[in-house]
Amino acid sequence: MTAPGTSVGLPGRSVPPGGADGTTRARGVRGVQPVASLLGVLALGVCLVLSLDVVSAAVALVLEVLLLPLLRIPPRTLLLRTSPVLVAVPLTALSIALYGRPSGRSWFDLGFAHVTDGSLELALATALRVLAVGLPAVALFVRVDPTDLADGLAQLLRLPARFVLGALAAIRMTTLLGDDWRQLGMARRARGVADTGRLRRGASMAFALLVLALRRATTLAVAMESRGFGAPGRRTWARTARFAGPEWAMVGVLVGIGVVSIAVAVGAGTWRV
Amino acid sequence: MTTAAARITFSDWGWRYAERDAWAVRGVDLTVEPGERVAIVGPSGAGKSTLLRAVAGVLPDEPDPHDDTAAAVQGTVLVDGAEPRAVRGRVGLVMQDPEAHTVMSRVGDDVAFGCENAGVPRDEIWPRVRSALDVVGLDLALDRSTTMLSGGQRQRLALAGVLAMRPGALVLDEPCANLDPSGVVQVHDAVRALLDETGCSLLVVEHRIGTWLDLVDRLVLLEPAGGVVADGAPAEVLAAHGPALTAAGVWVPGSEPARGSARRGTRTPARTGEMHGVERGGPGAFRPFVELVAESGAEHLAGSESGGVLLEARGLGTARGKRQRVGTGIDLDVRTGRVLAVTGPNGIGKSTLGLTLAGLLRPADGALRATPALADGTGDVPAAWTSRQLAARIGTVFQDPEHQFVARTVREELAVGPRALGAEDVDERVDELLAAFGLAHLADANPFTLSGGEQRRLAIGTVIASRPPVVVLDEPTSGQDRATWQAVVDRLGELADTGTAIVAVTHDQDLVRALDADEVVLGAAGARPVLRDPATGVRR
Repeated sequence: MTAPGTSVGLPGRSVPPGGADGTTRARGVRGVQPVASLLGVLALGVCLVLSLDVVSAAVALVLEVLLLPLLRIPPRTLLLRTSPVLVAVPLTALSIALYGRPSGRSWFDLGFAHVTDGSLELALATALRVLAVGLPAVALFVRVDPTDLADGLAQLLRLPARFVLGALAAIRMTTLLGDDWRQLGMARRARGVADTGRLRRGASMAFALLVLALRRATTLAVAMESRGFGAPGRRTWARTARFAGPEWAMVGVLVGIGVVSIAVAVGAGTWRV
Repeated sequence: MTTAAARITFSDWGWRYAERDAWAVRGVDLTVEPGERVAIVGPSGAGKSTLLRAVAGVLPDEPDPHDDTAAAVQGTVLVDGAEPRAVRGRVGLVMQDPEAHTVMSRVGDDVAFGCENAGVPRDEIWPRVRSALDVVGLDLALDRSTTMLSGGQRQRLALAGVLAMRPGALVLDEPCANLDPSGVVQVHDAVRALLDETGCSLLVVEHRIGTWLDLVDRLVLLEPAGGVVADGAPAEVLAAHGPALTAAGVWVPGSEPARGSARRGTRTPARTGEMHGVERGGPGAFRPFVELVAESGAEHLAGSESGGVLLEARGLGTARGKRQRVGTGIDLDVRTGRVLAVTGPNGIGKSTLGLTLAGLLRPADGALRATPALADGTGDVPAAWTSRQLAARIGTVFQDPEHQFVARTVREELAVGPRALGAEDVDERVDELLAAFGLAHLADANPFTLSGGEQRRLAIGTVIASRPPVVVLDEPTSGQDRATWQAVVDRLGELADTGTAIVAVTHDQDLVRALDADEVVLGAAGARPVLRDPATGVRR
């Protein structure tokens, strides 16, 4: 808890001005407006797809791993959230090793698959690249509050408020869908129709889920409209979404990773477009 | 706050929704003077919600006089002499479903939402948010998540969001229908505080009108397609139109159902001066209550009667999902021909207990055993039964009937259970139930298109069709008008009279009374039986 007046709106975070709301807000990296992370990760991605060599991707990945502790994400959470990336990486590598453009020494050739020095190198470079883009993309958004992102998108990138707030409300409702799905499943068991016909049951549950979601969405739309949403006239924003020092620093660090990795690759002579 | 109260005027007003033949509401003449507080009652389908939505300017679709299938309007509804759509924000609307109208994920943001839309400057928004939360008595941090709020808190949050916009009129569409008793009190007090603060006009619709009588100046009775048929001071309207109001589905204060009124057979309603327990016999009725409490809790609730035990919970712990523990140390018995009402505050795990007793969730702790009478040759753990074995033994009516519909028509819906169990008289059972539940005219309709009351009756019918010895219901009567309530409760009474064991998770004391149910109150430390004076049925 902070005393009134001490926590003046942290840069980038959506904070009521004056800080007299009796709450503590995230500081440091976690207080950075998510739009900055979004732009930074996009820029890093562009830097990394310019070349297809091992060195640039490896350098980027090493730098990221070194910076990762700054985010203070529990290893367990990080592993769980990055698991889709971790699964995708070996699969990508394998398929490129087998089917990538052959060059150099040939290891074995099955006709449809041809593993060569060239395809192995390409596989490694791609695997590192997917990791180097995927890791920050996941790690920086693990704890992002959708509201902060929406504020940034609407106030900083000037996306239409109707669209952004509509999407925000929709995200909030998805958690309810999970509950609905469990209820639907239990109801089918209770009615004696859950022993067989999994596919058909799934279809009927999906239909019911759709009906429930539409009904909720209609009610929410009425609730939003009744509070003046979509009314003509200028909308104000209760929360500030600033793009100041910390945000520039975030973009700088991410672009920096990209630039350093390119520079090292060029220096080592492995850079190729 | 200084905003002037709004005047609302309906002149011969009517509305027909797009693609409907019938008018939802027609011929309404009604004026709400600035600062006046008016309650509107009427049967389901009288167009009460439509009326309120019109005032808030949120009716769907623009009327188009050149298109027969489009929405149509007659007469006028004006807020301060203007079209309601043009002055949105002058009228604040709070609706029935607390879950569905929280917009933002943090408390402060949700209250601020309306102010932002109205273009209130940022510096002014936060003081308004804080004072609005203060008025409705919500002492929560502004960045508190809105997902874990109780129903009563959510409705107060919605009220705060409306209040922050400084409305000229407050419009409430059954705001207490889905709340437990403490939630109802919270919302009532918040509305009173809001009215005191702003002096704004009030229009409120609620089946249980007693909640609002101390706050309103006028009571208006609306009839389907008939407009306003009674309008006056609440006491006068109640006195002059009592029976008409009850017929219209209104819960008229003082006409609550008598204890056991929905039961026949073993238990008769207690009459004054008669020892109710005597004719039932059994040792429990004569023993001092202190002794009963001291002895063994739940078992004694049912201890004095014939009802054989079908399910027994011992030290039962419940959990939602894998990790979310909810209840612990619950002891109770489910007996044939008896109604067991599980009550207690919101969030204490009543629904979870219901689902666990229904064999749909695995006990997290302790044991839930089916006695041989119920297990009938299968194992004694309901959660381990197959879907068919379960459906033949325990039926479940979910809180939201739409969760349990699986067929395209009402007729097929009723046939699903018996067919899955291989019954031979499926058609007979279905016809019987269609007639008994007043659904015959809807036999070919899609269950999702029925009204709330019809859905509730159908949901109960689908379970009865399978004839399970145990029926578990989650809030079977919440949000219903008196007529639907009576239909549901009468069905349950008949079921219990014919020997079905009924477990009702509920916060409806009228249900407990009408079914003469054995009540257990769920708390953090288990289920505590409510003991009643056998002569009067009064809680001790």
